[in-house]
Amino acid sequence: MSLAYITPSERFKKYLPKDYVELIDFGPFGKSQEEAGPGNMGQFKELMEEHPMCSGCWMAYYIRLIFASLPCPEETVTIGTAGCGRLAISQAAVPFIYGNYGDQNAMASGLTRAFRLRFPDKTKDVITIAGDGGTMDIGFSMTMHSWIRGERFTTIMLDNEVYGNTGGQSSGMSPKGAVLKMAPMGKDFEKMPATDLAKAAGCVYIVRMSPTNIKAAAKVIRRAIFVAREVGPTFIHAYTSCNIEYSIPTEDVFADAIELGKGRFKFDEYMTDEAKIVIERVEGEEKIARKARKAAKAEAVN
Amino acid sequence: MSAMTRPVLNKKQVEMNYLLHEAPREKHFITGAQAMSEAVKRANVDMAIAYPITPQSEVMHLVGDVFAQGHIKEYYRAEEELGTMSAIAGASRAGVRLFTATSGPGLIRGLEAIASWPGHRVPAVLGILTRVINAPLSIQPDNLEMAYMLYSGAVMLHAENQQDTFDFTLAAFAIAEKVDVYIPVAVATEGFFVTHAKGYVNMMSEDLVYKEFDPVASPVPAMDNETPPARIQRDAPVQKSNFMSYLIHSVWQQEIWDSNSRAMKYIYEYLGGPIEVQNPGSDIMILASGCAAAQAREAHRYAQEEGLSVGFVKVKAIRPFPKNEIREALKSAKKVIVPEHNIVGWLCTEVKAAIPNGGIVLEGPRVFGGMTLPVELIMFEIYEALGIEHNIKL
Repeated sequence: MSLAYITPSERFKKYLPKDYVELIDFGPFGKSQEEAGPGNMGQFKELMEEHPMCSGCWMAYYIRLIFASLPCPEETVTIGTAGCGRLAISQAAVPFIYGNYGDQNAMASGLTRAFRLRFPDKTKDVITIAGDGGTMDIGFSMTMHSWIRGERFTTIMLDNEVYGNTGGQSSGMSPKGAVLKMAPMGKDFEKMPATDLAKAAGCVYIVRMSPTNIKAAAKVIRRAIFVAREVGPTFIHAYTSCNIEYSIPTEDVFADAIELGKGRFKFDEYMTDEAKIVIERVEGEEKIARKARKAAKAEAVN
Repeated sequence: MSAMTRPVLNKKQVEMNYLLHEAPREKHFITGAQAMSEAVKRANVDMAIAYPITPQSEVMHLVGDVFAQGHIKEYYRAEEELGTMSAIAGASRAGVRLFTATSGPGLIRGLEAIASWPGHRVPAVLGILTRVINAPLSIQPDNLEMAYMLYSGAVMLHAENQQDTFDFTLAAFAIAEKVDVYIPVAVATEGFFVTHAKGYVNMMSEDLVYKEFDPVASPVPAMDNETPPARIQRDAPVQKSNFMSYLIHSVWQQEIWDSNSRAMKYIYEYLGGPIEVQNPGSDIMILASGCAAAQAREAHRYAQEEGLSVGFVKVKAIRPFPKNEIREALKSAKKVIVPEHNIVGWLCTEVKAAIPNGGIVLEGPRVFGGMTLPVELIMFEIYEALGIEHNIKL
């Protein structure tokens, strides 16, 4: 139903906003990653456009990447909370739910259970996308307990190591020593071990990364979603710098992301055996489909 | 332990009016907690989320049993009340019928989410089994937490006894889901005094259930990527500091409170109106809600035996507050006595504001911290107000 319900009938099309029609015709709904995936961003109508983020915002780039990587955007619902991220997420052409402070994983628990109850034979992807404050500070208990309960959805933490939206306060994910608002003498305790906590709480697929490589980042996003569908909670801890609060010149944002990708955001992927089986199966199927499409294309050319 | 399987039940779905007013009933002697869970059993609830707190826990234990028996489809214990209330908000986006319950400190902990339910158009039913808000610690009944709910936007019903708890809870689902209401309904009653005490409750057969939730009939479609009209964003946070954002918020909130007002006609339809009045036109009117109404009713009976000009008003609906009905019921009263189970007298304040001559409303009597409300306390006020000599020493 889902692809059908967003697709306007031909005769109705001319009455709809041009943006909407173009999104359905040229956007990634119902399309493969080769047709409208992160590999060819800029060549198709993206799900998120015209975000209000600061110039040079690395988080905005990563959010665009998340939406371009979705395996099935027409069956996806995102949940977020206060913070810079939701300013962009809420402008994507995928249903977005904004609840209260840090409650995204509790909302997602209720939502995924209710989806399975109403649509036992369908796959509906639920993804929470929140910042480091929303995920690890104010939402900590709800994040942890959703994982402990084994709730099957994906949690993505946009870690900019600061409360960016409220004006640059120190968060649990800020590095030790960082001089930020509300830590005027420098933060006096360590950055929280988010991925270790996720592992202890029972996440079955966990990645920490600085998403500088588009292909690698997209693969991780898709893996996390595929595994959450079948096995259990999945978690992506991504570095999405705040160039404003950390005073990173716009032209250095990428270099900073590369630098941190060698340091405290060094790529680290963990998966359980069950998760691995799902990943191998799905990626195997994708490979076969890709080959078949290629062959069909070659055939058509001949 | 192996997973237990739940039976699949085949029950007859009926309209709420049939369920409440026509279906044959049998008399049972049960606690208020049982009455609430028996209502949930007949309400065709899809999902219930629980978190323990005394004295509410008994309700959600029983709802858990109701789940295990196959009457509801999904049930779990959440991490704490904010998690519970948030999960209710999340689940409601999928288009299902929802129930949870809490008490005192739990309500306050969950209030951030609860206060956003109306704005999020969450038509869930919330049981409030009243309890002291802590410090000093007490688990005893006191309905101060209801004062914090008054401006949440939710419809609020206050049950006097076990029978009310059953009927109000059942009706609450129908009221919450009306297209022109579609906001949460809270059903409150006093912890322990009602939840843990038995009373007679007339109930229809459990083979009957309220017709199933229809997400398509909702004024705010489920966010399930299935229910038209297609929407790409439902809960736009008011993100910008500009006039449009102020306007969006203000018209949205006006609609919430209008929805709250529109619940009144359904309170008439299902519960016979927001107030019950006996001996209108009396010099002294005793007005009360919840458990205090039971004691006020008893004081009214004594007063009748003594031939005093005393009437009785029970307020069933706290939101929408029945201003017109109360104004009419109190129009010839010389004094109004408002017994309450809390220190602030929120009902007293509401009544004072509702009538043109608020000065006739006496402050109290009030008990709190779990104290019982002796009928003598109310009789004392009646004698004093009428200037009758008496021997009641407080």
